[in-house]
Amino acid sequence: MNKSSRKAILAAMPFLVVTIALEALVRAGWIKAFLVPPPSGIFITIVRDWRELFEALAMTSEGAVLGFVLSTLAGIAIAVFLSSSRAIQEAFYPYAVFFQTVPIIAIAPLLVIWFGYGMRTVVASAFIVSIFPVIANTLSGILSTDPALCDLFRLYGASRSVTLWKLRFPAALPQILTGLRVAGGLAVIGAIVGEFIGGQGLGSVIDIARTQQRTDKVFAAVLLASVLGLALFGAINVVSRVVLRRWHVSEQA
Amino acid sequence: MIESPAGADRGVALRLKNVRRTFGDLVVIDDLTLDVVASEFLAILGPSGCGKSTLLRVVARLNEPDGGTLNITPADSKFQTAYVFQDAHLLPWLTVRENVALPLELTGADRTEHHARVSRVLSEVGLTEAETRYPSQLSGGMRMRASLARALVTEPRLLLLDEPFGALDEITRFRLDVRLRELWIERGMTVIFVTHSITEAAFLANRAVVLTRRGCHIRLDRRLALPQVRDNELRLSRQLADEMHALLGAMEEEG
Repeated sequence: MNKSSRKAILAAMPFLVVTIALEALVRAGWIKAFLVPPPSGIFITIVRDWRELFEALAMTSEGAVLGFVLSTLAGIAIAVFLSSSRAIQEAFYPYAVFFQTVPIIAIAPLLVIWFGYGMRTVVASAFIVSIFPVIANTLSGILSTDPALCDLFRLYGASRSVTLWKLRFPAALPQILTGLRVAGGLAVIGAIVGEFIGGQGLGSVIDIARTQQRTDKVFAAVLLASVLGLALFGAINVVSRVVLRRWHVSEQA
Repeated sequence: MIESPAGADRGVALRLKNVRRTFGDLVVIDDLTLDVVASEFLAILGPSGCGKSTLLRVVARLNEPDGGTLNITPADSKFQTAYVFQDAHLLPWLTVRENVALPLELTGADRTEHHARVSRVLSEVGLTEAETRYPSQLSGGMRMRASLARALVTEPRLLLLDEPFGALDEITRFRLDVRLRELWIERGMTVIFVTHSITEAAFLANRAVVLTRRGCHIRLDRRLALPQVRDNELRLSRQLADEMHALLGAMEEEG
């Protein structure tokens, strides 16, 4: 058995154990089916309502991915700006932290007022919750560049932009990618929160199913949302492997 | 006295006059006056934390002196100084060849010459075979060779080394010592080599300066009476032992 299939099997084990245990507990009547539906029931719901769920998943994916891409671009740009001087950092970084502490669920209604019902609110919500880890990790990566290498660039008369582009940015890549992994998961959460209030997609499916006491459908939608989060995480891992493979310990066997 | 056969015109002469450098309240270099003639191989010895590295950084103009003057002749042309750090400090995402070519790229040297110049310097340090490898795939000794090649690629007239071989095993270190000395003879640049190893200082240099623990004063300034070409035979010789004895005496006084 090769290493990756071994890893996949190990990771699938807890899922299988919990699924089987849950099924048994619900069937034995220890857990009420209207509180926690049996896994088989969730599976049937996914198959039966596939069309509706799939469309919702596509919408949520679009919102989460757009929000994620925006926060990646803006987050890196903001971090580069913050890194340009100590004064700028001290002036603006506290606001970035403050931005992170604002509970998204509290400002989501505001987003609807600003952006209306639909995709724009969802993207804004995904963007707001996922940008901070990108800023924080990129900034820390840029600032923790090996001082000896910065001296080397200075010795050869490299300009700030050359030093940023050829040294600081590539040196920060491992940390930037760590930030993106966190941001990917948060973007899915942000998109679903946005959809609760102002959109369609899985968030709206969950909201409607909740009012109808359809816990099976809530679970089905939650499961699909997790799959989306995992897919984003996996995509970032692939990028990370391609980019860092040859030089960074985190991607070496 | 010109000791380097390649000719003194390749190296620069240095004159530090009453140089002072502080960090906050800490006086690292108090009042240092030091002349280095063109194409000299100077070793700077001193206890840990005495300010040897700071001195080297001042010479490289990475730190400005707070007082006194530093003159380099012929006049400070750009990019004539190269610096080798305590560790190799290569860019991990570049191959050996790309790392060595970096100074040429940064200084905007003629692109058509890059390839030949990098190839030449790689063969000089014995890394031709490894040029497509990444730093993480190299041994410590090979990394240091790459670092040395990167410093030499611009054909500097002043080469500054800050305890460059300190982290290497002894045999690798001996080999690199011999190679560095040969490169100095071939190229005739001025070399300042900072170390806390008495053996290394005596083996490599034509002149050794021992600094005091506090303030970077000169405790001993000694011309080493050793042959031009140095090899491992010399390591066990009486001559080297005598020179080391003199340096050791000055170091001991510093405690």
